[in-house]
Parts: sequence; structure tokens; C-alpha cells
Amino acid sequence: MDTLSPAHPHSLSGFARPVAESQSTFHAAMMALARPGQRQTLAASLTPPAPLSEGVAALALALCDFETTIWLDPAFTVSDEIASYLRFHTGARIVTSPAQANFALVGETAALPAFDAFALGTLDYPDRSTTLILQLPSLDGGPPFALSGPGVAGEVSLAAHPLPPDFEARMQANRAVFPRGVDLLIVAGLSLIGLPRSTSIRKAGG
Amino acid sequence: MYVAVKGGAEAIDNAHRLLAHERRGDPAVPEIAARQIDEQLALAVDRVMAEGSLYDRDLAALAIKQARGDLIEAIFLVRAYRTTLPRFGYAEPLDTGAMAIERRVSATYKDLPGGQILGPTFDYTHRLIDFALAAEASIEPPARASDSSAVDAPRVSGLLGDEGLIERNPPGHGDAEIGDLTREPLSFPADRDLRLQNLARGDEGFLLALGYSTQRGYGRNHPFVGEIRFGEVEVEFFAEDAGFAIPMGRIQVTECEMVNQFVGSAETPPQFTRGYGLVFGQSERKAMSMSLVDRALRAREFGEEAKAPAQDEEFVLSHSDNVQSTGFVEHLKLPHYVDFQSELELVRKLRAEHAESRAEDARSPDDGDMMREAAE
Amino acid sequence: MTTLHPGYNFAYLDEQTKRMIRRAILKAVAIPGYQVPFASREMPMPYGWGTGGVQVTAAILGEGDVLKVIDQGSDDTTNAVSIRKFFEKTAGVETTTETARATVIQTRHRIPETALQEGQTIVYQVPIPEPLRFLEPRETETRTMHGLEEYGLMHVKLYEDIATHGHIATTYAYPVKVNGRYLMDPSPTPKFDNPKMDMSPALQLFGAGREKRIYAIPPYTKVVSLDFEDHPFEVNKFDKPCALCAAEGVYLDEVILDDAGGRMFVCSDTDYCETRRAEGHRGEMLGEAPAFVSREPAE
Repeated sequence: MDTLSPAHPHSLSGFARPVAESQSTFHAAMMALARPGQRQTLAASLTPPAPLSEGVAALALALCDFETTIWLDPAFTVSDEIASYLRFHTGARIVTSPAQANFALVGETAALPAFDAFALGTLDYPDRSTTLILQLPSLDGGPPFALSGPGVAGEVSLAAHPLPPDFEARMQANRAVFPRGVDLLIVAGLSLIGLPRSTSIRKAGG
Repeated sequence: MYVAVKGGAEAIDNAHRLLAHERRGDPAVPEIAARQIDEQLALAVDRVMAEGSLYDRDLAALAIKQARGDLIEAIFLVRAYRTTLPRFGYAEPLDTGAMAIERRVSATYKDLPGGQILGPTFDYTHRLIDFALAAEASIEPPARASDSSAVDAPRVSGLLGDEGLIERNPPGHGDAEIGDLTREPLSFPADRDLRLQNLARGDEGFLLALGYSTQRGYGRNHPFVGEIRFGEVEVEFFAEDAGFAIPMGRIQVTECEMVNQFVGSAETPPQFTRGYGLVFGQSERKAMSMSLVDRALRAREFGEEAKAPAQDEEFVLSHSDNVQSTGFVEHLKLPHYVDFQSELELVRKLRAEHAESRAEDARSPDDGDMMREAAE
Repeated sequence: MTTLHPGYNFAYLDEQTKRMIRRAILKAVAIPGYQVPFASREMPMPYGWGTGGVQVTAAILGEGDVLKVIDQGSDDTTNAVSIRKFFEKTAGVETTTETARATVIQTRHRIPETALQEGQTIVYQVPIPEPLRFLEPRETETRTMHGLEEYGLMHVKLYEDIATHGHIATTYAYPVKVNGRYLMDPSPTPKFDNPKMDMSPALQLFGAGREKRIYAIPPYTKVVSLDFEDHPFEVNKFDKPCALCAAEGVYLDEVILDDAGGRMFVCSDTDYCETRRAEGHRGEMLGEAPAFVSREPAE
């Protein structure tokens, strides 16, 4: 075995207060999906290996364990550090096929795979679908979308950046296969926005 | 309206104190020790372990004491405790062929290798109350073979299998994951591993009645007791870091292998089928019932028409658990007055409308009589 | 604050169990009205007595939450007291009877009269989560019906009620459709409470422990009670206001006063009634009502 370097997963910390931070992180995720488009704040302090952000790591640690599977996009697999960090702190199985993933962690959102590469669930069990956790630089500044549907009183705007150019079409296709579909948690730093499959989306101001 | 009163908390506390008092009974009578329950009410302990699905004699005995002898309540206590225990992994499959046998009977052969061993059984006792037990009686020491574990007793199913007379056990799961209904909610149709787990935890009385019903023609499956064996087996756990299976301890189990109705097809010659039962501790009634119901639930597999209750997987698996059943039946004693008020109001309204229409009918005598009769 | 029960985790459940429940809740919120199967655990209280609600509450509760527990609308019913004590002991969270102060409300059979607000979560205890269960006992069948959105059976049942009784004879657990897609059982609340579910600012979570299902209605979601054009959905109306606090348009309990037909109607939501009386509202029998119903507000 090599000696412990600062990048060794064992030396990179998980939650300082696991019970409380897991709860508050989950609560933010729940409210994000319950109130699509409304910004939630993650209050967790942990040190994940770069380029995994604190916010995405917090969600993974709060929601995953040995009963779950995680898929990592190429941005998160440049080295094995992120996979071993997640394995060590959650016990989750890292899978190479996105269709087998309960959670997919995406670091390069512009190159986000097509949604139907992930598990969409079945008509009988639509819950057996992947939750996508997207890491973005910013929740502002992108082309604005108007969101509506359950959890939204009227309409709310989303301007996260960058998203794939065909994002609107993808989300509409995702809505069209309801109750099947993927659910999105969009994270920038410690801010979080949820985009469940029940949300309708269109380009705003168009 | 007992519930509208403040002081629900105090009432609950008082009820708990009274319960503890009643549990103890007359303080002039010596208190029973959990160890006495374990030693002298061992079959009750076995049942609580089996349906509580936790092999811990001390805990089961204590639960029986705490539950004042109410075994379903004791099973519930054990289950609620079990669910809080950390899980390290799954044991290797038990090798019941290597059991240290205390009792072993076969109904299909007069004699067989390893012999018939009656062991501790009520079977041929005459059910006469033994008044001598009312006092402390001295017990004759039992006659024991020098070393029962040395007996080589191959399983009857193996003997039949050597001749190809009985179906092979379904291809072993090997590395395939075995389901666990305490970790994943049951979905239908359920595989046999989950069905057997469900039955092993299931209520003895429920399985007994269902098994009995198959004998009376509700899904008959022509059972023969190939073998019942009771004794101790070793539990092993495969340790990843060590790279081999480590013995964890020994437990008592009862196993029943039922030899059932034969099947055959153009491709395969006729052969007997199996029903299987395995229970913690000594409980032949449960193991036998379980194997009857297991075979009944395999109807689909053998292309048999499934129309009897014991063959109905959703019905059996959804109602076998006595902790679930007792909770839901007994919840009816919780207050329901809000819903009842809704029903009261509706029934009053319907009665008023009914009376009104009767009054109208009385005004038009043509069809009044008929309506009156219909309303009785 | 109460000392926490030694040997058990915050809010009783171990972290792994909480994560499993939390994952189910996230899917439930994302698919409004769909019943997510979850590996419900044995709880230290009987199945059918709120184990689903208790598991959901335990999974969402944080240290800063303020918990209210009601049964039949009342904070003082024995089972409500028992569940509230359970969380006081195992989570040490603050509890309240005031609807407006609570962040999490666990309920059996009622929705409070005080309108719920954004940021509040109401957790319903559910005995039978499947609205089609009494029409079709098989899970395999009802699951397909939900998958294909085939709800004709329910309409036929309600219509048969009308043919037999002249009314839809369902008075509680009255089926609703959530966001135009899933047929859902609102738990055995009286249908009086159904309109409160529609476009509620609060998050609504439903837990069925014995049946191992969790489902949800996000805030601001359409919840429509099933009906027919010629038989529109109607809620119960009471002839008189509450005999203690004179509230109108609330759900009332009928209280038998004697064996000569004497009865009175009082608020089922005890916190609401007490608050009104403390504000000076007086019903016609306040003062004459027996102490076991008219007890004065605690503070």
C-alpha cells in the first residue's frame, strides 16, 4: 500500500456530524424536489476530492449506502479518488452502466448523457429510476426557463448554467413519459435546485 | 369521549404501572426467572425465536416473561428488537445433512440408514393430565446413545434423488442474490426464497390451518413425510478478509422434507416433487405445515391450477405474519369517532330520505304495499 | 429537554434505515400520488397504530423541528400522546399542540382546521394505502391499473353507490386524483378534509408501515376528489356551530351527554377550539357542558 497522501480517501473527511448533516442535506433535497426551481441551501462541511464539490458529495453521503448504486460521469472518473472516497464513506457500489444507477453524479453537465441512458423506471414501478445529481458552476446566468407543475405556485424561473443545448427538449421528453422518468438535483456550491419528472418546462420570455 | 380528556399521558402511565403489577401476580408466589422459562417452557421459547426470526433463547425467554406468556406479544417484542440490530452479512447455507440429530423420523421408509430416532416427542404420549407434575417430581434420567452425532443419516430426499425419483432441488442460487423481505418490500410474484422466508416467520396457527386445508382438498398435493429431523447444526459465516467460512455457533432447527405428488412431461419422466419446511428450535407442527404450504405455493411452477387459498401466493404471503395481523386487527380499538361521525351523518341522511319516500308511497296507495315489503 | 433514550439513535431509527426511507420519500415527492414501496421496519409499536407515519416522521425530523401529533383532530388522544412521547424520548425535539408553530405535524384521521403554511410538513398515518384495494384485493392487479391509469372500477363503484343510495356512500378515505394522474387514498380522513389537500402550501407525506408504502403530495399540487357531473363532490355540513367555541365550517364531534338523547357537537380539532375560546369566542353550551368536554384551554 502506498503511504497516506492528502488525496487518500481515508484522509478526506465526510460529515463532521453525520446524523444532523445527513438530515439537513436530505431535507434540502426533499424540499428541492417538493418546490422545483426554489433554491435550497446545503449546510454541510466535508472535504471531498476534487473536482467533486462539497454540495454533491453531501448529497451522495446523505442518500447512498451499501444498498445503492452510483454512476460517475467521465469528469468524476479522471482518477479513482472520487470513486474510492464514495465507496469508503457510503459503501455504495459504483457501476459503469448508467442504467443500473440509483444515483448518477455528473461533473460535466454540457456532456450529460441522454436521459434514456439512465433507469427511467417502469409503469408499474416508476420509482425504480435514476436520480441525477448535476454539479454546475452557477445556478444563475444561463438562458432562463419557466417551470410549472406540482410544487410550483404559478411559475418559477430556472437559469442554471451550463446545461446541454437541448435541455428543454430533454425535459419535455422526460415529462412526456411520466410517471416514468429521471429526477434532477442541480447543485452549485452549496446551493441546490430540484427538477423532478413532474415539472413542465419551457424557454422563458420566448 | 374518554379521549377528549386531558391527562391521556397520565392514564397511559397508570396503565403501564398496573400492567407491570398484574404481570408479577401475587408477590407471595416466587417470581419466575427467564432461565426457568428457557428450560421448562422451551417450546414456547422456540416458537418466539422462530416467528420473531431471531435466534436468542435468553431474549425470547425474557420476552415471554415480559409479555405475560402472550406469545404473539413476545414475538413482537423480539421483532422490534431485532430490527435495531446491525447487520454484518448473511451466513452460509446450513448443512442439515450434517446435523447432530436428536430426532429423525421418515414416513416413507420402514427403516433407513441412520435409523428412525424418536427423540423427545409427544407423539406417543397418552394425553392424560399428569397430576404428579403438580408437585415437584424427580425425573428419570434419559437413555442416551453413546454419541448421537456420530450417526450417519443421509437425507431421504438424497436417497430418492440418487435414483432420480424426486425433482432435483431447483438449481442452486449459487452466487445469485438471495432475497430478504426484511430489507426489500415483498413484490409479487415472489420467488421461492422469499416465500420460504415469509413462511418461516409466519404464524404457526395460520400455516397449520392452510396446510390442513390442502389435506382436505383445497389444493391437495399428496404429501408424504420424507423426513423430519431435529437437532443441532453449525452456522458458518464467510469472512471476506479471511477468505474462508468461520463457524459462528450452533443452533437447533427442525427440518421437514415433504415428498409430494409426482409430475412428468414428454421431456422428463415422472418424479416426485418437494415441499420444504425449516424452523428454529423444535417445532414439527410448524415445519410440516410450512412444507405443505410451500408445495401448495409451487402450483404455478408445476402448471397446476391455483384456486385454493393455500395456493394463492398474494393471499398467503400477505396474511401470514402475526405481528402485522395482530397490529391491524387490534388497531380497531383505537378511536375512530371522526370517521364514524361521517358515517352517522350519512346514515341519518339516507334514513331521512327513506322515510320521506315511504311517506310519499303511502300517499299513492297503488304500489305502497309492495314497497313496504321490499323495505323490510 | 428530556434526556434521550440511551442506546438508540436520534429519532430511534438507525441511519441506514433513515436513508432507505428518505430515498423512498424523494421518489414519492417526484411522482405525486404514486405509492413507493419501502422496506418498512418493525417498530416498537404495533402495525396499524401509526408505524408508517412514525417512520416517515423519524426519517425527516431534524433537531430544530417542532412536532405536533394528533389523532382524531386531538393532541390528547391516547395514541397521539404515545407517539408524541416516543419522539420526545428518542429525538428530544420540541413538541407543541399549536398547529401554526409546528414544522412537522403527524396525524391520524384529520387535517387541522388552521390552514397549513409553506415550510410545514404534514405526515399522515395510513392503514390501507391502495384506494382500489377494496375493489380488487390483488396487488398485482391494482399495480397494473395504476400503471395504465385504468380507474374505471372506482367510478363504477361510486356510481353504484348513487344507484343504491342516491348518494356516493363514501364518507372518509374518499378517493382523490393527484395532479390529474394517480388515484390516491387520502388516508381515513373524513371527506370534509379533502379540499384542504388541494393546492396546500404544505408538503404532505403519507406513510403506511404494515403495507410498506410511502406517497406524497408536494405543495401547490392539484388534488381533486372524484365525482360526477350530476353528483358533484360535497363536504359534510353541520347544522350548528361548535357548542363550545361557536366555530362554523369546521368538523364537529358528536358527544353523547346522557342516555335520554342529549348530545352536543364540538370541534374535533381541540387545539383550534381551545384557541378560539381563549380568544373569547363562546358557544351556546360553554359553561353548561360537562367538564370532560369543556375543559378550559391549558394555558
